[in-house]
Amino acid sequence: MADVTALTFLALCLPLIGALVAPFIIRAFGAGGAWLLAVAPLLAFLHFLHLVPQIAQGEIITGGYDWVPGLGLRFSWFLDGLSLTFALLITGIGTLIVLYAGGYLKGHPDHGRFFSFIFLFMGAMLGVVVSDSFLMFFIFWELTSITSFLLIGFDHEREAARRAALQALVVTGGGGLLLLAGLLLLWGQTGVAQLSELMPFGDVVRGSPLYFATLLLVLAGAFTKSAQFPFHFWLPNAMEAPTPVSAYLHSATMVKAGVYLLMRLNPVMGATPAWETLLPVFGGLTLVTGSVLAIRQTDLKLKLAYTTVSSLGLLVLLTGFGSDYAIEAAALYLVAHSLFKGALFMIAGIIDHETGTRNITRLRGLRKAMPLTFTIAMAAALSMAGLPPFFGFLAKEEIYTAIAGSDLYPILVTAIAVFANALMFAIAFAVGLRPFVGRLVETPKHPHEAPVLLWLGPAVLALAGPLAALFSGVTHSAISSPMASAIAGAPKELSISLTPHIGLPLALSLLTILLGIAVYWQLDRSRTFVAYVLHSARGPDRGFDHFIAGLVRFAHGVIGVVQPRRLDLYVACTFVCVAAILLVPLVTHDGLPLGLVWPTDLRLREAGIMLIAMLGLIAVLIARDRLTAIVSLGIQGFAVALIFLLFGAPDLAFTQFMVETLAVVILALVMTRLRLSPTDSRHGARRLFDIALSLACGLGFALLLMRATEAPFNSALSDFFNAHSKLIAHGANVVNVIIVDFRGTDTLGEIAVVAVTGLAILALIRIRGNTERRLATNDPDAEEA
Amino acid sequence: MNTLIFRTVAPFITALMLLFSLFILLRGHNEPGGGFIGGLIAASALAIYGIAFGVEAVRRAIRFHPLAIAGFGLLLSCLAGLISIVFAVPFMTGLWVYPVLAGVEVPLSSVMLFDLGVYFVVLGAVASIALALEEREAD
Repeated sequence: MADVTALTFLALCLPLIGALVAPFIIRAFGAGGAWLLAVAPLLAFLHFLHLVPQIAQGEIITGGYDWVPGLGLRFSWFLDGLSLTFALLITGIGTLIVLYAGGYLKGHPDHGRFFSFIFLFMGAMLGVVVSDSFLMFFIFWELTSITSFLLIGFDHEREAARRAALQALVVTGGGGLLLLAGLLLLWGQTGVAQLSELMPFGDVVRGSPLYFATLLLVLAGAFTKSAQFPFHFWLPNAMEAPTPVSAYLHSATMVKAGVYLLMRLNPVMGATPAWETLLPVFGGLTLVTGSVLAIRQTDLKLKLAYTTVSSLGLLVLLTGFGSDYAIEAAALYLVAHSLFKGALFMIAGIIDHETGTRNITRLRGLRKAMPLTFTIAMAAALSMAGLPPFFGFLAKEEIYTAIAGSDLYPILVTAIAVFANALMFAIAFAVGLRPFVGRLVETPKHPHEAPVLLWLGPAVLALAGPLAALFSGVTHSAISSPMASAIAGAPKELSISLTPHIGLPLALSLLTILLGIAVYWQLDRSRTFVAYVLHSARGPDRGFDHFIAGLVRFAHGVIGVVQPRRLDLYVACTFVCVAAILLVPLVTHDGLPLGLVWPTDLRLREAGIMLIAMLGLIAVLIARDRLTAIVSLGIQGFAVALIFLLFGAPDLAFTQFMVETLAVVILALVMTRLRLSPTDSRHGARRLFDIALSLACGLGFALLLMRATEAPFNSALSDFFNAHSKLIAHGANVVNVIIVDFRGTDTLGEIAVVAVTGLAILALIRIRGNTERRLATNDPDAEEA
Repeated sequence: MNTLIFRTVAPFITALMLLFSLFILLRGHNEPGGGFIGGLIAASALAIYGIAFGVEAVRRAIRFHPLAIAGFGLLLSCLAGLISIVFAVPFMTGLWVYPVLAGVEVPLSSVMLFDLGVYFVVLGAVASIALALEEREAD
C-alpha cells in the first residue's frame, strides 16, 4: 500500500512540478514543448486509471501524510468512485488541453507563464477532488479561485479580462469563505474533519438544529462555484480567458467543483426536504436561464458558456432530486458533458484561430476548408444533442427515466428539462453544424485545417463519446456505477445501454429532438425573440457592478468617519485611551496607592535629578515655539536616564540617552517637514481639554508607579538571571543576555517590527509630495546608473 | 547648523562613533552595551554626517540602501536562530565555539551573530527614517 500512497502523492504533485518547469521548457523548445509538458498530466492520468479496477470493486483508497499533527491537519486523500472520476477527467482532459494550448497560443510572448498557470489550476482542482481533510479541501478550493483569476485575467491588458477575472474571484472566493464557515459547522457538529469519516454522521448532521444554516453556507459555496442562478453571471464573463482555459474550466474543472461538493455531501446532507427543494429549484432556474440566454448569443464561446451554466443547473437539479435514477443520471451526464463540452470549446477555439472570428452569423460553409474539424464538431454536437449512438444519449435517457412521473412536481420538472434540452439541442448544432454548412462566406482569415496540436484534443474527446456509449458495460462498471454509488452512499448498478427501450423516456427524447429541430430551424428568429424579451437587461451582472461600486462608496464613508485626516484628533484619541487604561482599572479594582510617603532619605543627587526634570517640565510649558518645546522635552528623558544610571542600570541609561537624542532629532526633523504654524493655535476649550487629558495621563502613570513600588520587590527573576546568565548564556551583562539569549525569539520579533516600521515610515514619507522625483533621488540603483 | 567647524569635525566624529558603536556592540555580552544601543549610535553617526554633508553623501558612503541593511540584519538574526537546525536543538539555542586566533582564544557564538543582526536592523531602520526626513533639506 505504501507504493500506492507514494505514487498518489507524486500524481498530485505532477501538475505543480509542471507549473515549475513549464516556462523553461517553453523557452527551450517553443510550442513543441507542449508534447513534453503533457507527459506530466498523462502520467497522473495513467496512475488514476491504474486504480480504476480497485475502485470499481468498491474499495476506497485513502492515504496521506501528517502535516500539522497538533491541529489534526493531514495532507490526506480519499479516492472513491466520485473523486476518481473527477481525477480522471481533470488529468485526462488536462493532458489534451495542454497539447491544445501548445498549438493555440503558439508564439505568444507569455506562453510559458500560461502553462504555469494552467498547471497550477490543474493541481488545485485535483487537490479539491481528492482531498480528504476539510482544511485541505478548502485550501485547494480557494486555490482554484485564485488560479482561475490568473487564467481569466491572463490577457491582463484588456479591461474586460481584468473585470471578468476580478468578478470570478469575488464571486467564487466569497462563496468559498461561506463554505469555510459551513465546513466548520459540519466539523463542530460531528467532530470529524475528514470527508471519508463523515458518512456515518449523516443523521447527526441532518438532525442538528444548525442543519439549515450549514446547508445554506455549503450551498453558497457550491452555487457560486458552479455558477448557479443568481450567481451564473461570472461564468460567461470568464470567456475573456484564452480558449484552452475556457475549454478546461467548463469541461472538467472548476465550475464542476460545486457539483462535486454537492454530490460528495449528498449521503450526509441529502434526503431532507430542504435539500430536495433548494437544489432542484435553483438547479431548474439555472437550467432555464442558461439555455435561454445561450440562444441569445452570437459568439460561439458565449453560446457554449451559457449551455454550461444550464448543464450545471441540470446536474444540481438531478443531485437534489432525490431518486436513485436521478443520481445515476447525474453521474452519466457529468461524464458526457465533460467530453462533449471540452471538445466543442476546443472546436470553437479552432474556428476562431483559423478564421479570425467567433461570430456565428459570420461563419458559413467551412466544411470544405476544415473537413476534419467538421467531423469532430459533429461528433461532439451529436453527443450534446443527446442522439444515439453517443454517450450524451444514454445520459439524457437516464435523466428522463429519473424525473418523469405523474405527479405535478415531476411533470413540471420534466417540462423544464425537455424545454432546456431542446434549446441545448439547437445550440449543439448551431455550434457544431451551422458554421460548416451552406455557402462559404468571407472571414477575417482564410480558413484552413488546424495543426495537429489543435485537433488532437477534441478528436480524442469526440471519439470517447461513442466509444463510451458502445461499450457501455465497461463504462458503467468502471466509471458510472462506482461514481453513482459514491454519490448515493450505497452500492448502485447502472444498466442503461444503447439498445432501444420503448417507453416514456424515449418518447420524451423524440419530443426533445422535434422541439430542438424547430428551434434550430428558426435559430436567428428565436435569437432576436429572446433578445427582444430580455431587452438590455443585464441582471445580476449589472448588479455585481453596483455591488462593487457600493462597496467602494461604503469604504470611503467608513474612512471618512474613522480617519478624518486630523493628526490632533488621532493623538487625542490615543491619549484618552491611555488615560482610561491607566485610571479605570486603578479605581475600579481598588488599586489606588495606599498613601503618599515623603522619602526621608532623599539624597542630594536624587533631589538634583528631580529638579532637572521639574525645570524641563516648566521649560516645556512656557516654550514659545515647538522646537524649543521638543528640546525641552528631551530634558525629561535625560533625567530619567540619569535615574537609571544612578540605580545601577547603565544599559538602560545608555539606551535611554541615545533614544532620547535620536527622538529629539527625528521629532525636530518631522516638525520641520509638517509645516506647522510656529506657535500654538489652540484656544479656550481645546486648551482646557488638552490640559485635563495630559493631567489624567500623568496622574495615571504616577499612581500606577506608586502602587507598583508599594508592593514588596520579588527578586526571583533577578536572582535566577544573576545566578544563571554566566553559566547558561556565557555572559556577564544580564540585560543583554536576556535580550539576545533567554528571550532571543522575542527580540527577533521585535527587530522584525523595527524593520517593518522603518519600511512603513519610509513609505509614508515618500507618499507626501512629488513622489516621482523623490523616488528617483532616493533610489540607490538610479544613482549607480 | 552647517558651520565650518562642524563640517571639519563631522567626519572624525562619525568615524569615531561608528568605531565606538562596534565596540559597544561587541562588549555587550559582558558589559553595558549590545546590538540595539550600538545600532542607535551608528545611526546617530550617520545622521551627523548627513547633517554636515547632505543625505547624498551618506547614501554614497554606505553604498547600500539603509532598508537593505535592516533586511540584511533581520536575515542574520534569523540565520543565527536557524543554525540550531544543524545541531538538532530548539530554535535560537545559543551555540558557542572557541577558536584560537593568533594565540588568543576568541569566543564566537550564534548569540553574537544574532546581536550583530539586531545592530544592523536598528542601524538600517533608524538611518532610513532619519535620512528620508533629512532629504528635504537636500532638495
